[in-house]
Amino acid sequence: MSALTELTISDLQAGFRSGAFSPVEALQSLEQKIASVDGEVGAYLARDFTTALAAAEKADVSLPLGGVPIGIKDVINVVGEQCTCASKMLEGYKAPYDATVISRLRAAGAIPFGRLNMDEFAMGSSTENSAYQITRNPWDTSRIPGGSSGGSAAAVAAREAFATLGSDTGGSIRQPAALCGVVGLKPSYGRVSRFGLVAFASSLDQIGPFARSTRDCAALLNVISGKDPRDSTSLDLPAEDFTSQLGRNLRGVRLGIPKEYFVDGMDPRVRAKIEEAIQTCASLGAELVEVSLPHTSYAVGVYYIIATAEASANLARFDGVRYGYRAKQPSDLLDHYCRSREEGFGSEVKRRILLGTYVLSSGYYDAYYLRAQKVRTLIRRDFHDAFEKVDALICPTSPDLAFKIGERVNDPLRMYLADIFTIAANLAGICGISIPCGFVQEGGKNLPVGLQFLGKSLDETRLLGIADAYEQSGATSVLATCP
Amino acid sequence: MSKPNLDVRDVARLARIQLSDEEVTLFQSQLGHILEYVEQLSTLDVSNVEPTAHAAPVFNVFRADETHPGLPRERVLANAPHSANNLIVVTKVIE
Repeated sequence: MSALTELTISDLQAGFRSGAFSPVEALQSLEQKIASVDGEVGAYLARDFTTALAAAEKADVSLPLGGVPIGIKDVINVVGEQCTCASKMLEGYKAPYDATVISRLRAAGAIPFGRLNMDEFAMGSSTENSAYQITRNPWDTSRIPGGSSGGSAAAVAAREAFATLGSDTGGSIRQPAALCGVVGLKPSYGRVSRFGLVAFASSLDQIGPFARSTRDCAALLNVISGKDPRDSTSLDLPAEDFTSQLGRNLRGVRLGIPKEYFVDGMDPRVRAKIEEAIQTCASLGAELVEVSLPHTSYAVGVYYIIATAEASANLARFDGVRYGYRAKQPSDLLDHYCRSREEGFGSEVKRRILLGTYVLSSGYYDAYYLRAQKVRTLIRRDFHDAFEKVDALICPTSPDLAFKIGERVNDPLRMYLADIFTIAANLAGICGISIPCGFVQEGGKNLPVGLQFLGKSLDETRLLGIADAYEQSGATSVLATCP
Repeated sequence: MSKPNLDVRDVARLARIQLSDEEVTLFQSQLGHILEYVEQLSTLDVSNVEPTAHAAPVFNVFRADETHPGLPRERVLANAPHSANNLIVVTKVIE
């Protein structure tokens, strides 16, 4: 029955509906797969088969995602389950309600299942900042899976999940999707409700899916998107079927190649794969246009001011009073706060709170935070101008292959630069998708390379159509199974 | 942009995080490097540029001023580090 774990969601649903196998059997095959591989991969922080099996027994397979188990990053609240954000600060915390994306999944018949590892509070690019465990890249277990949604990506790659949800603040869906060889979609800002997502940087955070095909990502977006009165930033838009442009070719599509995304310093083997993919798109009928995003080199700097400023405010709620970790026997209230936060947060979280506090502090606000917000405007304008000329941008997701565990932990700035091709999309609020485009051999292992398409804000239907056309060309097998 | 002169101890006090001496030394150096990196933003002329706070085309979202039931008390208290008599017990605020 382990072969069931190889299926995409759409194939799984076809099997459910024809009666070839049941949601219970699918979940049991997942259980066996997790038991055999997760000891090494370490994608799951927790999983509760009893509750999931009860839901699978009652599943209505006629619903849009009826009976499909979906793995959940440990930053999204699922009522009654732990939600630790991979932090000691929230050890033992049980979600008191469902996030809106979870309510929507349930309404569509899906079964939220399991808690996936991540960088603490979604801060990191390697999942090494988890307070609980290391997640290993299934393609080469001496390497990182990317981050911060490393567990969500690794689980899909290792066939321990059919699809998962993650969150993307500066690339935390697309970068691990690239390094693990799966498809990862960051929807436009406002597309998906964040109610029940533990906030990191509220002007940048979006929830999105990981899956083994573009079609599956589109099907998930159909379910999780939409206006939610409980998230004032979610947009009230006409209903849209994100699968409606799948199965086409690229004739008449104008793809922009941002010249600033092909710079020295990126791995030449990654560059070669991306250039190959661009030629494939041309052979599928796409018209290639060179475009410029002149403020690209400022994006990392802008991001690490804005994201840390927002994080320092959002994480002020972790004070050890109403929930979360509380230091033992505080001498007074100040000691209570300072020691609870010292003992509850890990290094990267402290580093970012400190940076964010500094850039917002009196005397520095204008020089850092306000200036960063203005440069953010320039970055948005770059994309606006580019999308006047093209339908989507095509570029690498990450400048590097998956790196070795431990290689960058002592160099935060170098770790931040791993996000150089993903963070501008969050600053501009546009949508982006990473899709596998081949492998590079290193040390006898195949390491996946991710191709990124960026679309203008709220243009997911077209973006998914373009990614699907590339995927269907078979230039590289998106569904390649890792060893 | 002014030269960065971040004093980690001072910022940690503002952020309500106690730091060990080792952390102070480490963060002082690491954050110094990050601030040097972001100095590049000062090379841009932004004098006539409006700031972007977020990318959603929505402003002033209002809802009807109606009350709704909150979360069940026992579910909330289950996450409190210390509770008694159906209340959260806090560290003494006033001597």
